[in-house]
Amino acid sequence: MSDSPEHLVKSYDTELKKLRAMMAEMGGIVENQVALASLAILNRDTEAATKTVEGDQRVDALERDIEQFVIRMLALRQPMAADLRFIIASLKMTGDLERIGDYAANVAKRSIVLSQFAMPFPLTGLGQMLRLVQEQLKSIIDAVGAGDTDKAIAVWRSDQAVDDLYNTIFRELITYMMEDPRNITPCTHLLFIAKNLERIGDHTTNIAETVYYAVRGEVLPDVRPKGDTSAYAVVHPKE
Amino acid sequence: MQVRSSSVIAEPRIAIGDLDFYYGEHKALKQINLNLPDKQVTGMIGPSGCGKSTLLRVLNRMYDLYPGQRAVGKAMMDGINIIDPDVDLNSLRARIGMVFQKPTPFPMSIYDNIAFGVKLHEKLSKAAMDERVEWSLTRAALWGEVKDRLNSPAMGMSGGQQQRLCIARTIAVRPEVILLDEPTSALDPISTLKIEELIDELKHDFTIAIVTHNMQQAARCADQVAFFYLGEMVEVGPAEQIFTAPKEKRTQEYVTGRFG
Repeated sequence: MSDSPEHLVKSYDTELKKLRAMMAEMGGIVENQVALASLAILNRDTEAATKTVEGDQRVDALERDIEQFVIRMLALRQPMAADLRFIIASLKMTGDLERIGDYAANVAKRSIVLSQFAMPFPLTGLGQMLRLVQEQLKSIIDAVGAGDTDKAIAVWRSDQAVDDLYNTIFRELITYMMEDPRNITPCTHLLFIAKNLERIGDHTTNIAETVYYAVRGEVLPDVRPKGDTSAYAVVHPKE
Repeated sequence: MQVRSSSVIAEPRIAIGDLDFYYGEHKALKQINLNLPDKQVTGMIGPSGCGKSTLLRVLNRMYDLYPGQRAVGKAMMDGINIIDPDVDLNSLRARIGMVFQKPTPFPMSIYDNIAFGVKLHEKLSKAAMDERVEWSLTRAALWGEVKDRLNSPAMGMSGGQQQRLCIARTIAVRPEVILLDEPTSALDPISTLKIEELIDELKHDFTIAIVTHNMQQAARCADQVAFFYLGEMVEVGPAEQIFTAPKEKRTQEYVTGRFG
């Protein structure tokens, strides 16, 4: 997004750079929140959990700042073409990042409750999901910074794997709950955690679509199929 | 807001093909190919000296007034090549009207400003002329403001009113095409918006080409936009595409304000 020559008005370039920097900062914080939430679950690390939740305030403040900055730029610069697309994309992506931060915080909060329960089963699937979601988030934040649409497409495609994992975990947790009702409380929390991770994947996908549009000026060609089929895992819809 | 992109397919009122234009030795337009779709607004943008105003001057043969200036190529309207030397200029200019950057009312009454051009082409009775004057002024969104002082001098009007009078004068002879050469660059924002609103109205009946330095104006008014640079037409497309996702790098650099 930044191979063009400079604007005739230098302060416009300064503002665009500032917007990029704000997006990068927000991306960094959210990425860190998800990493901390992951530690909180896998290592039963309550300190990491607390830090995740604390990150939320900074993310919310940054989202407000970016929104105001974008409105200011729209009014004062009347951006066109690639500039317009990048500025609008920032506005959309900041919303997605904020949601991702919220989901990370929610995961962290549940991890604190979870740490009070004995866990009579492995969290392999969840660990895998956490790793995948983090990889994609890192990848998409890099893609935003570099305007890398190939990377964005790769992330967009790989969300299917997150959805598949989520469906597997959903079935697995139901099995544990059927085996022993004492598992219901921790498994319900785990279910919400998995759902939150799946939602993080969806917002990451949104960002991938937005980056693609911002850089190329066209929308991604086809609609990615929705992968969450857990709604049908117990009761199948009638034909 | 209107959906504009779908409408660009309309039949061309004027079809410009392989058009070159020379100021003496200097080639000011190079191989221009552009259609002005019927009853649509075509915006022409580009830095000073890019040839956009020159193209308007070609379309109603303004250049004929200056020796050494000549056009080569095609600008077809109803099977007639506008730049053919045999074309009758009076009837051509009745079909293709032009409005300039600075309002140019004649030093006569508001009524006569309109009637003057009409008399050159048509013999109308007093009643029919009155009707034509009212029609033109109404179409130019000026009637309400001037109907009680049609005999006062046009020079006493505000700049915005004068420009709308010039538009009224142009449409009074019922042309098919209206060429607007930076029609609002000498006007305040409110007068500018009135002219833009007028353009939106007029395109129901006329084919319009507007040259403007104001990109937001082109974005607001035009159905299709053509970007000119150094005598070439770099890109033409629906306004929406030119301003959100232009295909050419030079267009992109110009509309985002990166030209250097």
